[in-house]
Amino acid sequence: MLRVTGLEVSYGSIRAVQGIDFDVREGEIVTLIGANGAGKTSTLHALSGLIPSTGSVELEIDGNRHNLRGIAPDLRVGLGLVQVPEGRRVFGNLSVRDNLLLGAYRRKDDLTKDLENVFRLFPRLKERLNQRSSTLSGGEQQMLAIGRALMSRPRILLLDEPSMGLAPLLVREIFRIIQAINAEGVTILLVEQNAHMALKIAQRAFVLETGKIALSGPADELARSETVKRAYLGG
Amino acid sequence: MKTSTRFWLLASSILVSLAVLTFLVHYRLIDRYLSRLLMLGAIQSIIALSLNLITGFTGQLSLGQAGFVGIGAYTTAIFTTQGWPFPLALIPSVGFAALAGFLVAWPSLRLRGDYLAIMTLGFGEIIRSLIINLGDLTGGASGFKDIPGFHADGDINRSIGFLWIFLSFILVTVLITNLIRSSHGRAILSVREDEIAARAMGVDIRRVKIGAFALSAALAGWGGALQAPFLNYLAPTSYDFLKSVDIVVILVLGGMGSITGTILAAFGLTLLQEWLRFLGDYRMVIYPLLMILMMLFRPQGLMGGREWSLWNLIARLGGKNREVRHG
Ligand SMILES: Nc1ncnc2c1ncn2[C@@H]1O[C@H](COP(=O)(O)OP(=O)(O)OP(=O)(O)O)[C@@H](O)[C@H]1O
Ligand SMILES: [Mg+2]
Repeated sequence: MLRVTGLEVSYGSIRAVQGIDFDVREGEIVTLIGANGAGKTSTLHALSGLIPSTGSVELEIDGNRHNLRGIAPDLRVGLGLVQVPEGRRVFGNLSVRDNLLLGAYRRKDDLTKDLENVFRLFPRLKERLNQRSSTLSGGEQQMLAIGRALMSRPRILLLDEPSMGLAPLLVREIFRIIQAINAEGVTILLVEQNAHMALKIAQRAFVLETGKIALSGPADELARSETVKRAYLGG
Repeated sequence: MKTSTRFWLLASSILVSLAVLTFLVHYRLIDRYLSRLLMLGAIQSIIALSLNLITGFTGQLSLGQAGFVGIGAYTTAIFTTQGWPFPLALIPSVGFAALAGFLVAWPSLRLRGDYLAIMTLGFGEIIRSLIINLGDLTGGASGFKDIPGFHADGDINRSIGFLWIFLSFILVTVLITNLIRSSHGRAILSVREDEIAARAMGVDIRRVKIGAFALSAALAGWGGALQAPFLNYLAPTSYDFLKSVDIVVILVLGGMGSITGTILAAFGLTLLQEWLRFLGDYRMVIYPLLMILMMLFRPQGLMGGREWSLWNLIARLGGKNREVRHG
């Protein structure tokens, strides 16, 4: 579904991503794990077209292959590649409803079903529809950020550290919901520092270290690998 | 109440009040002084609303709004002096201002915050010096004199002028209110809130910013166009940096991103300035004093991004609590 080859991102002289290759197959949950500053967010921003990059990104939707070079971010959203950005980035002064509707900004069709779907996954959002989203708790904001992305009917969802700053119980809840979204046919690329949880729900994983892929393979194998244990799972 | 009922109720009550007001002005039941103040307030409202669109709603601080107003005012002055009727002169006035807004928007795409403010400030100064240096066309530093009124006949001029100004004021208010409530409006607000998130949600922020700048400039030009036949005389100092700051002050006092707050502050400051004339030059202290007091006690402005609405009031009295909030 997504094939990335030789992806490079530079900020001036800093080479944040140094030519990485990976792929995500349709229906999968793939996780990209790595320490702070490894280049995870840079990779996702490059996939969404939010920052310039070199290398090739190919997206295949319903048998149609799209080369994403030069395609604007809004058109990528239209193709079905949608990101839930790091740190939630909800539109703080707008209501929960407006945030959700903005997720569907590019769509012209009926949104009732999609709203219902979001409320089914996140009943708490329904109670807070008219509330200013900056008044939501961190966990609720994460739910809103995911709900907002779902409103655009993504085919592949890029999630950037959805567990950041959440209590363990809520982390489990969010991961359960990610699995539910995946079960409904949305392919997932999950960026995480919480390698433990990410490796549990993913089928395959890539480990990013200072801009390069250091390890890759089936998630359960990586979870058992000594290097990963030492570096990311605390022993 | 059904939305369509509400709409017709609101539309007809606005039109009836406009007709009544115009009648009162025409037969001098509202005296010349008060009606001029009301017209000044309405023009200020249009101009302040135009700034609210780009600064309050889109989040792009513009310190050159008076430049767009000046383009509208001088264009109307030039064309009506050539014999064009006012409604016809309105078209190039709004058009040129929009074009200028479009041109300013391009470099502004790469700038934000302070840098954008400085660039728009530079634009305003360019317009001011163009007005001064194109003396043959604009009257230069000594001003543009003897601009025709809305109508050659004095009595008709007064009520037609009132009608034009208030009709424009209503149209601009309705336009901005509806825009902000539409999905385009949500896109505009999302750019103010968080550009990265907006882009990630599929908002083409370049298009939003260019569109908002052009529309804001067009509306400012509209406000300026009304000034020409209303004042019959234009001076370049009315379009300098200080005037741009005055418009920002209205916005800050009324509440960034509040339409009703902006209108309240525009009328309020216009009236206040008149009523405090007896203070002489000390009047000049009022704006800054108000600003300081506002920052101390109500930094979000009078309305603080909320809207005052008759329907909400009725709903609240009826025990229901419904609020319109734009930021
Ligand atoms: N806008 C920028 N300008 C300059 N350098 C940047 C910029 N954004 C990121 N970097 C650098 O690029 C590198 C990778 O950053 P990135 O945000 O992609 O890391 P990350 O893996 O997402 O880290 P984290 O887990 O802390 O979110 C870092 O060294 C960072 O300092
Ligand atoms: Mg990151």
